Amino acid sequence: MSNYAIETKDLGRVYKIRGNKKESQIRKELIALQDVNLTVERGELFGLLGPNGAGKTTLIKILTTLLAPTSGWARVAAHDVIKTPNLVRPLINMVSGGESSGYGLLTVRENLWMFSQFYGMPSKEANERIVELLKIVGLEDRIHTKSSDLSTGLRQKMNIVRGFLTNPEVLFLDEPTLGLDVGASRDVRKLIRGWLDADKNRTLLLTTHYMVEAEELCDRVAIINKGRVLACDTPANLKRDLQRDAIFEIETSPLNGLTDKMLAEQAEVKKAALTETDGGAKLELVLVDESALATVINILTQKNIKVLRFTKREPTLEDVFMERVGQRMEDVEKEEAPNESK
Amino acid sequence: MKANERLVYSASEKVTGWRLFIKTILARSYPRIIGQQREKSWIFFEIFMPMLAVSAYVYVYRAIGAPEEYVGFVVVGGAMTAFWMNVLWSMSSQLYWEKETGNLALYIMAPNSMMAVLLGMALGGLVATTLRAAAIIVLGTLMFQVQFTVTSFSQLFAVFFLAMTALYGMGMMSASLFLLLSREAWHISNLAQEPIYLVSGFYFPIKSFDFWVAAAASFIPLTLGLDAMRQLIFPSGASLGFLNVNVEIAVLIVLCVVFLIGAKFLLDYMERLAIREGRITENRR
Repeated sequence: MSNYAIETKDLGRVYKIRGNKKESQIRKELIALQDVNLTVERGELFGLLGPNGAGKTTLIKILTTLLAPTSGWARVAAHDVIKTPNLVRPLINMVSGGESSGYGLLTVRENLWMFSQFYGMPSKEANERIVELLKIVGLEDRIHTKSSDLSTGLRQKMNIVRGFLTNPEVLFLDEPTLGLDVGASRDVRKLIRGWLDADKNRTLLLTTHYMVEAEELCDRVAIINKGRVLACDTPANLKRDLQRDAIFEIETSPLNGLTDKMLAEQAEVKKAALTETDGGAKLELVLVDESALATVINILTQKNIKVLRFTKREPTLEDVFMERVGQRMEDVEKEEAPNESK
Repeated sequence: MKANERLVYSASEKVTGWRLFIKTILARSYPRIIGQQREKSWIFFEIFMPMLAVSAYVYVYRAIGAPEEYVGFVVVGGAMTAFWMNVLWSMSSQLYWEKETGNLALYIMAPNSMMAVLLGMALGGLVATTLRAAAIIVLGTLMFQVQFTVTSFSQLFAVFFLAMTALYGMGMMSASLFLLLSREAWHISNLAQEPIYLVSGFYFPIKSFDFWVAAAASFIPLTLGLDAMRQLIFPSGASLGFLNVNVEIAVLIVLCVVFLIGAKFLLDYMERLAIREGRITENRR
C-alpha cells in the first residue's frame, strides 16, 4: 500500500471557454492548473492556500473524480482518479463552503440520512452518528428543521456533518468555514482535529482563505497561485525562510501620495504592502534586516508622513504568501475580481 | 474519549453491490415520496389545474354530442398527463437542477451508481404522481359520472406497469442527455410539453390520426399505454383503439428494454463526457 493518500504528477487542466456571441466561434483557453506535483502522506492534514481563482477548487474536483485533468495524473488512496474512479469514490468525501446541496423540503436528519445511504451505511448507525455529529457542531436542536429554513451558517454546519458522516479515508474540505461565526469555526476545527487524531490513516485536504486556520490546523501547506504550486512545506519551515528578514508593521498618518512601488524600489525593501485606514495608513514591510528601517523612515519623513506606531513581528503565512506571490492574498483577489465578472 | 465521540470517530461497515444499489434507490426516492407531500401547493397545481383542462374537454365533447366514453377517455388522459409532467419536469431536466444545487457532484462522487439515483428519482416520482393521478380519476369520475367496465385486470395492470416503466425509462434516458445542458434544459422541457399532449392522445383516441402519425407517436410510451388502458376499461374502447391490446403490450415491452438499456449506456457515456468537459459542477464553482 502506498504511503501517499494523495499524489499528483505534472497535473494540469485547461478549460476551453466560449467567448460572447460576437466571438462565439473563438474558443479561449484558461489554464486553471499547471504542472502540479504534490504528495500528501496518510494521516496528514494538508492545506492549500491561495486566492480565488488560484486553482484550488479545480485541483479538488480532479482529486474527487469530478473533473478530468488535461495533462498528468493523480492518485487518491493509491488509486488513479481517472482510470479507476470507482475504487476512489468509496474512500472519499467532500464539503464545499457555501454549497446548497440536499433538499429544502427534507429535515436536517433526513438530508444527512439520504446522503449516508449513497455510501451504503446502515440506517441505524447513520442516524446515531448524525445525532452525535450534530451535537459536536452545535446543530442538534435543529435536527428536525427543514433545511430550507436554515441560515447559511447552519446549512454549512449540516454540510460539514455530511462530509464526516461517511467516515472517508480522505476528506476534502473546500473553504469549510466560509460563512461560519467564530464559535462555529472553532467547533469545526475541533471536529477536524479529533477526527484525524482518532485514526492515523485518515487524511484531510483543506483549502482555506484564512491564514490563521491554515497555520493552526495544517501539518503542511502548499501555496498556490495562477494554477501553480509556488511553495509546499510545513508552516514552520515556510516561515523559517523569512525569519532572517525583518518584518515590520507601521501605522502612519495619511500617505501623501506614497505608493508601495516607491518603497519596493529600495534595495533593502523586499516586499511592501500599503493599506489606507481611517485617517491614516498601515504599512506591512519585509526588509532585508532591521537597519533597513532607517531608509523607510527617511522616505516617510520626506513625504511628511508621521509614524504613529511600529511593531516588529514574527513572520506569518500571510508574509510567506506575500513573499512568494509578491502581493497580499487580498490584493490578488481584488485584481482578479474585475476579470471574473467579465 | 467519551462513548458518543467514539461512535463519531470510529469506522463503519458499509454495504456494496446490489444492496448499495437498492439503498440508493430508496434514499433518492425519499425526497419525492415524503418531502414533496409537505408542500401542499401540489393539490392546486397538480390536481385542480389539470381538472380544468379535463372539464373543458368534457364540456366540448358533451356539447357536440360525442359518445359518453369520450368523457371517460378525457378523465383517464387527464390523470396520465400528471405522469408526463412528472417525467418532463422532474426527470428529464432534473439533473440540471441537481447540478445547480451541487447535488449532482455529490451523487457522482459517491460510490453509488448514477443509474440507481435515476431509478430512485423515477420510483419516487411514480409513487408521488400515482397519488395525484388517482385523485384526478376519483374527482373526474364523481364530477362527470364516468362508468368503467374493466375487461381484464391483469392486462390493465400489465399495461400500466409497462407504460410507466417505459415512460420513466425514457425520462432516465433524456435525463442523461440533459446532463450536459445548462439553462436551455428548462426551455427544451417547455418546448416538449404541449406537442406530446397532442400526439399522445391525452384527450382523444389516437385512432383519429393517420396510421403513420399514430405509429410515430407510439414511440412515446404513454401513447400506447393510454390507448390500451382505454380499450381495457371502456365497453366501446376496443372499437376506438389504435392496435390490438396484446400488440400494444408487446411494443411496450420492447420500449421498456430499449429505454432502460439506452439510459444505462447514455448515462455512462454522458458522465464520462461531462467529467472530461468539466460540466458536473454548477457554473459558479
